Amino acid sequence: MPEIGFTQAINEALAEEMERDPAVFVMGEDVKLGAFAATRGLFERFGPARVRNTPISEAAIAGAGVGAAMAGMRPVVEIEFASFFYCCFDQVCNQAAKLRYMSGGQARLPLTFRCVYGAMGSAAAQHSEVVYPQFLAAPGLKIAIPSGAAEMKGLLKAAIRDDNPVLVFEHGRLGWTRAHIPEGDFVLPLGKGAVKREGTDATVIAIGAMVPKALKVAEELAGEGVSIEVWDPRTLVPLDREGMLASVAKTGRVVIADEGHLRGGAAGDLAAIIIDDGFDYLNAPIKRVTALDVPIPFSPPLETYVLPDESKIKAAVHAVLG
Amino acid sequence: MEASALPKEQLLGMYRTMVTIRRFEETIRDLFFQGQIPGFVHVSIGEEAVPTGVCAALTAKDYITTTHRGHGHMLAKGGALKPMMAELFGKRTGYCKGKGGSMHIVSYELGILGANGIVGAGIPIATGAGLASSFRGNDAVAVSFFGDGASNEGTFHESLNLAALWKLPVLYVCQNNGYGEFTPTAESTAVRDIAVRAQGYGIPGVIVDGNDVLAVYEAAQAAVARARRGEGPTLIEAKTYRWEGHVVGEEAFIGFYRPAEEVEAAKQRCPIALFTQRLVGTGFISEAELERIKGEVEREINEAVEFAQSSPLPEPAAALDDLFSA
Repeated sequence: MPEIGFTQAINEALAEEMERDPAVFVMGEDVKLGAFAATRGLFERFGPARVRNTPISEAAIAGAGVGAAMAGMRPVVEIEFASFFYCCFDQVCNQAAKLRYMSGGQARLPLTFRCVYGAMGSAAAQHSEVVYPQFLAAPGLKIAIPSGAAEMKGLLKAAIRDDNPVLVFEHGRLGWTRAHIPEGDFVLPLGKGAVKREGTDATVIAIGAMVPKALKVAEELAGEGVSIEVWDPRTLVPLDREGMLASVAKTGRVVIADEGHLRGGAAGDLAAIIIDDGFDYLNAPIKRVTALDVPIPFSPPLETYVLPDESKIKAAVHAVLG
Repeated sequence: MEASALPKEQLLGMYRTMVTIRRFEETIRDLFFQGQIPGFVHVSIGEEAVPTGVCAALTAKDYITTTHRGHGHMLAKGGALKPMMAELFGKRTGYCKGKGGSMHIVSYELGILGANGIVGAGIPIATGAGLASSFRGNDAVAVSFFGDGASNEGTFHESLNLAALWKLPVLYVCQNNGYGEFTPTAESTAVRDIAVRAQGYGIPGVIVDGNDVLAVYEAAQAAVARARRGEGPTLIEAKTYRWEGHVVGEEAFIGFYRPAEEVEAAKQRCPIALFTQRLVGTGFISEAELERIKGEVEREINEAVEFAQSSPLPEPAAALDDLFSA
């Protein structure tokens, strides 16, 4: 199996889906040059009609994606940084999310949004946020958060083929990761999580870029004789409840690691589902490891202080083990 | 444009559409006051010439997006009375199975990509439909109907720039009815003529008498032809007047905020009365023919109300259907 990087995974997924389906096109700010290299080369290969460099107009781009999807295309809209979603919140949450439902199932919205999310090192509060919890509260949107290059390629291809609006969140710090991916048409289903490491003493549910951190912690703890299972939901909507609860039932102890904020976040949402449907499996209270509830600060020591990391995950695991 | 320049059939079709919109909205206004229609109802009585004139220049394959005040556009684009009325009643037989209501009534089959409860939200969506047409090469145009208020939204400006840049086949039809919610346009908008905003995007900005259905039709035809030739979008400002309030029943909470003389003066320029005079003036259309059409419309509206009243409500658990495509 060839080894590819995270950015290459995005590029391959886009190119393969554009080859496969002429209705697929890419639209966004600076996609021609590829600000994060993800779309690099696509303009030359597919031309200006299918790789559309847009003005800096998030609401128009997102709305045009909605309209083009309803009129038979399969747009992939790039919203450079996740925080820029706030500039087109209406088009995503009021339009894309609701039009199928409000129309009694008439509308079909094969629409993918891609963005870079998360703290990348002193990008400060408006270029470091995770943003996906806001969309978790908007029924009608699917949310994929790849944890590595394989997930990136497989989930993006699935998102493009899906007939619903799917938001794909690509962590800026995962750009360096690489993975072996089977050759050919590699697609991962939306709504199916993955056990990234098997274990018996506690489950660390890790979202997106927290997965490699959780795996590192699990490796370290193995040296201390502690067996950690790492579970990656891959998509928050749809959520693989069965997969998550199976791991909870197996270990009885849960840490949820997410780079989002504690209040109103994805970790709290998953914890609530576990309490609703899997309370009897628990041998200890659930611990959440998240960003602290302030905007992500600029200066390195401030940023490090606020963000979840390996040591915080490890401390939480020790806490649930008692 | 002279009425006699158009075939009789087409003129009578336009007349029928205008009367249908008028009577549909008068009827739902009355039904709302009787407590038969839940939610909010926004009517466009007095503005019927705009949707009628624009949609007369469109074909079935063309797209429209409309607004919270969208019954007229929906009907002019071919919406059927029964599922429309049933939707307003929240019935299972409505266009949206009771999930949308007055503000979200849509028919994708008819190219109606949605009424919209958010001011200005349909503008980029129509822009995207125009973008899809440019890909698919199917010659379809997209029309975004919106009000004067929406021309102060960012989506309007972003969309005009994008469509002008990419020469998309889109008509931006600003139905300037003098009020954005409860505020006169002059108190919210820095320019008197919204059409001048087109200059900022290098596209034609056309002002038409929005109460003259033939003037609207002529302007729309020219804009549609331009769009189909691949020359890009046009902004049409149709100046008209909203006879009723922003929302039916508003007097109960906001009182009267418009001078009675202003409303009366507008009613003297009723678009249906103006068109009637011109039709009769052709010499080949009689008042009796127009009366017959009015009678037919009346019967259809009554049938639609009966259909809506007798239709079943949705099963409560149907609330969980239709979120995602399988």
